Amino acid sequence: MGDIADLLLSATFWAATLRIATPYILGTLGELVCERAGVLNLGIEGIMTLGAMAGWMAVYQGAGLWTGVLVAALAGALLGLLHALLTVPLGLSQHVTGIGVTLLGTSLSYYVYRMALPQVSSPPTVEPFQPFAVPVLSDIPVIGPALFNQTPLTYAALAAVGLVAWVLYRTPAGLAVRMVGENPAAAEAQGIDVTAVRIGAVVCGSALMAVGGAFLTLSAFNAFFFNMINGRGWICIALVVFASWRPGKALLGAVLFAAFDAFQLRLQQIVGPALPYQVFLMLPYLLSILALVVMSRRAAYPRALMIPFRKGERH
Amino acid sequence: MWFEPRAHPSAALRVLAPAGAVVAALALCAALIAWTGTGVGEAYALLFQGALGSRFALAETLTRATPLMLTGLAAAVAFRAKLWNIGAEGQLYAGALVAVVLGGGILDLPGWALLPAALLGGALAGSALLVGPTLLKTRLGVDEVVTTLLLNFVVLLFVSMMLEGPLKDPMGMGWPQSAPVLPEAELPRLLERSRLHAGLVLALVAAVALWIMNTRTTWGYEIKAVGANPAAAAFAGIPVNRVMLKVAVLSGGLAGLAGAAEIAGLRGYLTLDLSPGFGYSGIVVAMLAQLHPLGVVAASVFVAAVFVGADAMSRTVPVPNYIAEVLVAVSLLCVLVSSFLVRYRIRRSP
Repeated sequence: MGDIADLLLSATFWAATLRIATPYILGTLGELVCERAGVLNLGIEGIMTLGAMAGWMAVYQGAGLWTGVLVAALAGALLGLLHALLTVPLGLSQHVTGIGVTLLGTSLSYYVYRMALPQVSSPPTVEPFQPFAVPVLSDIPVIGPALFNQTPLTYAALAAVGLVAWVLYRTPAGLAVRMVGENPAAAEAQGIDVTAVRIGAVVCGSALMAVGGAFLTLSAFNAFFFNMINGRGWICIALVVFASWRPGKALLGAVLFAAFDAFQLRLQQIVGPALPYQVFLMLPYLLSILALVVMSRRAAYPRALMIPFRKGERH
Repeated sequence: MWFEPRAHPSAALRVLAPAGAVVAALALCAALIAWTGTGVGEAYALLFQGALGSRFALAETLTRATPLMLTGLAAAVAFRAKLWNIGAEGQLYAGALVAVVLGGGILDLPGWALLPAALLGGALAGSALLVGPTLLKTRLGVDEVVTTLLLNFVVLLFVSMMLEGPLKDPMGMGWPQSAPVLPEAELPRLLERSRLHAGLVLALVAAVALWIMNTRTTWGYEIKAVGANPAAAAFAGIPVNRVMLKVAVLSGGLAGLAGAAEIAGLRGYLTLDLSPGFGYSGIVVAMLAQLHPLGVVAASVFVAAVFVGADAMSRTVPVPNYIAEVLVAVSLLCVLVSSFLVRYRIRRSP
């Protein structure tokens, strides 16, 4: 037990946790923004894949790292726009369209990657973001190295939590997003353009998800692999429910989940071959299902989630 | 722009719309092919030839279509009741796992019983895997999309654990694969010198049976009513939750059968690359078919032809075979739009 206590107090463990949490934070925030406006975005897995590929490809072709992040965000925004156009003005099934967007995002990423680099056997690499030690703060024992010696995208993810919370709860735009997700008819009566707000929210949310994908290729690793997102997008959808659609709780959920992930990696080394490694790999998914079951009783879904809205039509 | 509902879309429109959508998808993907420097006409001709141009190609396409038909039916039957089963991939592997265990003779059954046991056991495993999330949905309101999706990963890891552990073939040269099923547990071949097997017959029978169920039985009517409006269905005295569970047993069973039939008809043993995403492609197949069981037959042959044809094409010209997945994804999105245009007409002003 002493081992485990040491582990939970070590800076490297928490530094790893925050690193693992970053794509979950960005993906969950992105999905949360979409759902708050009433649109379920099952395209997340494909949008993250496209973000990971496009951001990496831009840097590999000579762009700067931040330009790569911007390219990823733009690619994600475009794919989000597609999802939004199909589901908001046309009112098509959000489930099925989302699956279609995921298939398109992943297959297009793989196709473009193969086209641009037809004859590579081992994935080429780029120089990724380096950790940046915040002066003074990073000298604080334990907390300093864990929290203030990360790569810039992790700081950006943490800042995004505050930004999304501020926009949602403190600005007219955020109020409009929450209204179209709760009661679009009332929003319309207030002169809010429901269609425009929903499209805007899905586009912005998708851009965030794509940056989450780009974190993997430009910060955590330095190359693009097929199957790289590996279900992270779906976990984000579960985390949104766990977070009850609140940005602060989304951060908490993502960090807890990542801590568990970092913990199982280390536990695996301690326990060794006594248990098959697949058991540990299953745990995050089972934990997500468990979280859904526990939270479902108290889930405060945005009331218009998945319900299409057409001007002047009653529901 | 203004969308006006059509009161009665004509039958011709409903049949032509998916076909038009597929043509639109082919046109959209032409840009990606042109990027490679290959002539678009040449590439599509090679794809068509590779999919349907010879006896061998046709047999390969139908072999590939068999699991897609079953997973497509699994999605179609569930989506009709608005039970969003995204877990056909996991259900397929669960079915394959049970089929390989039973087909390997673990129960000491008489020879004639091995094949039925393997197929039925596989179907039941798929059913069981969907009943859980469905109960969570009806009892606790847990969204089934996420639970069925997450279970796909769990099942795959479980299969991997079994293949590296108790089910590992001692003759497998160290590869994570199971021992083959006994010859009595194999489905017969349909065509000599091809891989086409009787799983296709099973899938076709399932499609016709579901079509009859949808159009001629109370069950079919109840499922449709629950899908259209659960509150109204409950008001009309339909036991909504029980109908959902029946649908789950049926849908999961079909996906499980897809896995069992791949084992009994094609592979003989289980590996982790049994399915290149048949569960997910089944969703596309079901949507292309507008959830119609007989449409699923046509749509699964189309999707299988795209994959088999793209593989053949990429061997001749420098178009990556990922074009197949792009084509299928674009087709799905185009069909969704076309289904909208069947229901609504576009007007300049109200």
